[in-house]
Amino acid sequence: MPRVRAGEAANPSLPTVARVRVQFAKRGRLRFLSHRDVARSVERALRRAAIPVSYSHGFSPHPRLTWSPAAPTGTASEAEYLEIGLTREVEPGELGRALDAALPEGLDVLAAAPADGVALADRIDAARWRIELPQVPVEALKAAVGALLAADEVLVERVTPKGRKHVDVRAALVHVEVSSGVVSGTPSGAPDCAILTAVVRQGSPVVRPDDVLGALDVVAGLRPPVPARATRLAQGLLDDRGELADPLGSDRVTTRA
Amino acid sequence: MTPPPSVFPALEPLLPRVAKPVQYVGGELNAQVKDWDTAAVRWALMYPDAYEVGLPNQGIQILYELLNERPDVLAERCYAVWPDLEALMRENGVPAFTVDAHRPLGAFDVIGVSFATELGYTNLLTALDLAGIPLHSADRGVDHPVVIAGGHAAFNPEPIADFIDVAVLGDGEEVVGEITDVVAAWKADGRPGGRRELLLRLAETDGCYVPGFYEVSYGADGAIASVEPTDPRVPARVMKRTTVDLDDWPYPKAPLVPLAETVHERASVEIFRGCTRGCRFCQAGMITRPVRERSLETIGKIVDSAVRNSGFDEVGLLSLSSADHSEIAEITKGLADAYEGTNTSLSLPSTRVDAFNIDLANEISRNGRRSGLTFAPEGGSERIRRVINKMVSEEDLIRTVSEAFGQGWRQVKLYFMCGLPTETDEDVVQIADMAHNVIRAGRAAAGHNDVRCTISIGGFVPKPHTPFQWAAQAHPTVIDERLRKLRAAVNANKLGRNVGMRYHDGEPSLIEGLLARGDRRVGRVIERVWREGGRFDGWSEHFSYARWVDAAAAELEPLGVSLDWFTTRERPREEILPWDHLDSGLDRDWLWEDWQDALSGREQDDCRWTPCFDCGVCPSTGADIQVGPSGTTLLPLTVVRGPGAGG
Repeated sequence: MPRVRAGEAANPSLPTVARVRVQFAKRGRLRFLSHRDVARSVERALRRAAIPVSYSHGFSPHPRLTWSPAAPTGTASEAEYLEIGLTREVEPGELGRALDAALPEGLDVLAAAPADGVALADRIDAARWRIELPQVPVEALKAAVGALLAADEVLVERVTPKGRKHVDVRAALVHVEVSSGVVSGTPSGAPDCAILTAVVRQGSPVVRPDDVLGALDVVAGLRPPVPARATRLAQGLLDDRGELADPLGSDRVTTRA
Repeated sequence: MTPPPSVFPALEPLLPRVAKPVQYVGGELNAQVKDWDTAAVRWALMYPDAYEVGLPNQGIQILYELLNERPDVLAERCYAVWPDLEALMRENGVPAFTVDAHRPLGAFDVIGVSFATELGYTNLLTALDLAGIPLHSADRGVDHPVVIAGGHAAFNPEPIADFIDVAVLGDGEEVVGEITDVVAAWKADGRPGGRRELLLRLAETDGCYVPGFYEVSYGADGAIASVEPTDPRVPARVMKRTTVDLDDWPYPKAPLVPLAETVHERASVEIFRGCTRGCRFCQAGMITRPVRERSLETIGKIVDSAVRNSGFDEVGLLSLSSADHSEIAEITKGLADAYEGTNTSLSLPSTRVDAFNIDLANEISRNGRRSGLTFAPEGGSERIRRVINKMVSEEDLIRTVSEAFGQGWRQVKLYFMCGLPTETDEDVVQIADMAHNVIRAGRAAAGHNDVRCTISIGGFVPKPHTPFQWAAQAHPTVIDERLRKLRAAVNANKLGRNVGMRYHDGEPSLIEGLLARGDRRVGRVIERVWREGGRFDGWSEHFSYARWVDAAAAELEPLGVSLDWFTTRERPREEILPWDHLDSGLDRDWLWEDWQDALSGREQDDCRWTPCFDCGVCPSTGADIQVGPSGTTLLPLTVVRGPGAGG
């Protein structure tokens, strides 16, 4: 029996009996949320929806939630993943819909599935990004991407709280495509912008959209005149054909578009 | 009027370039965006500090919710923008905006600004300027919003008299509805008499002070000679508003839940308003009298609704001294029972040592975290505590902390002030003895040496409508020197290693003192500081003492007064104080006698438990002390059942 110090209540937390994974999106103005902001919002939504989340034991209990690597502050995502520990069985689709209803518009639960034996972290090793570059000519972007792919190594400097780091963007790039289209969320008839779609392998440190843009500046002096808008389209395990396998697997239940 | 276009498309490209952009995007749970066209009166409620501080503010949340409940009213919120975004907004011509629908501030009918502290004054000027609203009330036209100041600092709005149109004294629940009615009628009538008529009608509304309708003259000694209304429709004195029955106003029911991190993340309920403990330094306690408790039933309803609507895992039981609620034991036990097993904790942010007991502490921490205990003895010596009427004995303190340490707490925080009237070095140095005694008692009770005591010391600022309104403020050099001696005394004993010491230097306090007790001439200093870049004066990284001192010298000395004249000078009884025509209900003669009692170290009891001492508030506000038992019970709170719960 665990020792309880005088005056400290024994922790009443129930054990974890099931785990459900959800895929959620971070959209629109909510793309400015940091990971901590997302985590707080989700924790509160779980409480409002009365989902039976299990808590850690001890002096300062916290909910048992496991997050996939978060999309950086300012970037949108269609593919963030969260695993939720539960004190009783809940049907994943029902959980996904209840959580979605409790979350603010812009944090949207897209799908849910029961957790299998493989850890969430072992189901993700790469991400696909869409980066929109308003007012950048497609040809200029194509030329810059060509120069980036032709290089053996492209180092980008990143300032972190611990100091400066160098990241090799070229090594992390698996696949890159250039196209043109309309900036998402703008009315039809708006001028086209150049669009970069990139599959990036997750290393340490993780290569972010900003790093890819930094690399285009390094190799070709490309600097977008207005801030680019990045959206993570997918995460998963990279297969031989360069596709990403769905981390939710075949038990996936779609909860919303 | 067509709805003003949203500022968001222009703001959005700037956001990736600023720190913490999430604070500017709105989207909080329980935020409201109402239709612009169907609202007869449109309020922007501003808290003139950073979003992380302003969002949890209860005053704004209460008014926001109750104004939006009216079908003819729209209310949105606005917070101060940090200098990084301000620079980008100026560069790109983006106006000040509300976070709800990102509408331009200048398009609203009324801007209500809540001043918890005087150090927010420069941020008001930033917001007005970014909104394209003339800084001076006198320069505004019929289409400009009415700028209304509220909150505790509005009890002496004279330093910002040139920049605001109206100051509202006291509780806001009822008067915001009356202001709305006045504005709605004036607009519906086709704005007769223009802006002047609207302001006259507001000046005729109880609790509303329109500084522009008063002429202030000064004598040869620099003091005020007279304050006279300039229009027969304007009252000579303005009395504060008092919400008599808090149970009639159970707000906020649906607290705002921010996306961004803020300083308080909890569902808060004000369990009573007012305080008659009579601490002589405490402006809040003096201007919010009398004590009006909420009933258990209302508290239970508000907490239930707030927790259900927010998902917060902490409930804050707010007031000026929460353990003084006559039914605090029932409240905490009832809530702890109701939230058993849900990881929901309770907090009592303001507790007195003598009203506190360990059962209360155990209830508070039953379902959640056991953080440190915080008490505010305020003064280090028995003598100075008599002067300030904070009658907490060292024996009470030691007994309480001993019990707490014995029950498993490890840390106690103690708050003090430095620079109090009649204070000597010895009064401050005794704080060290108290801290050492806490460590000794804690070690004995805990049975081990791992106990800590943090002492936190702030500079005392004399405030209007308190017995200390006549007192001389201590100069920062005096305060800094006393704190040096205190630090040496703390470290003179080995026990000092278990004592943490936190303090602020005295300079910002002196400027707060200038703004707190200043008159209209201080407005020039505020404007000059702002023009020279003064922003966010409550934040040490933005505050510049030299800028304030230089601006005060340049603007005040030609008028024959000075920074020292407003701060470190003791006022005589007969001097007309800048706020004497603003009525907090307190009898001026009673305040003066209480000041004399302070100087001779005489205590004043609490009128909740001893006979009335005629402070004047009850007869002048039409309210009475309301303390329990209320004869009600906490409603049986129910915890929502979620998916998969079955049956």
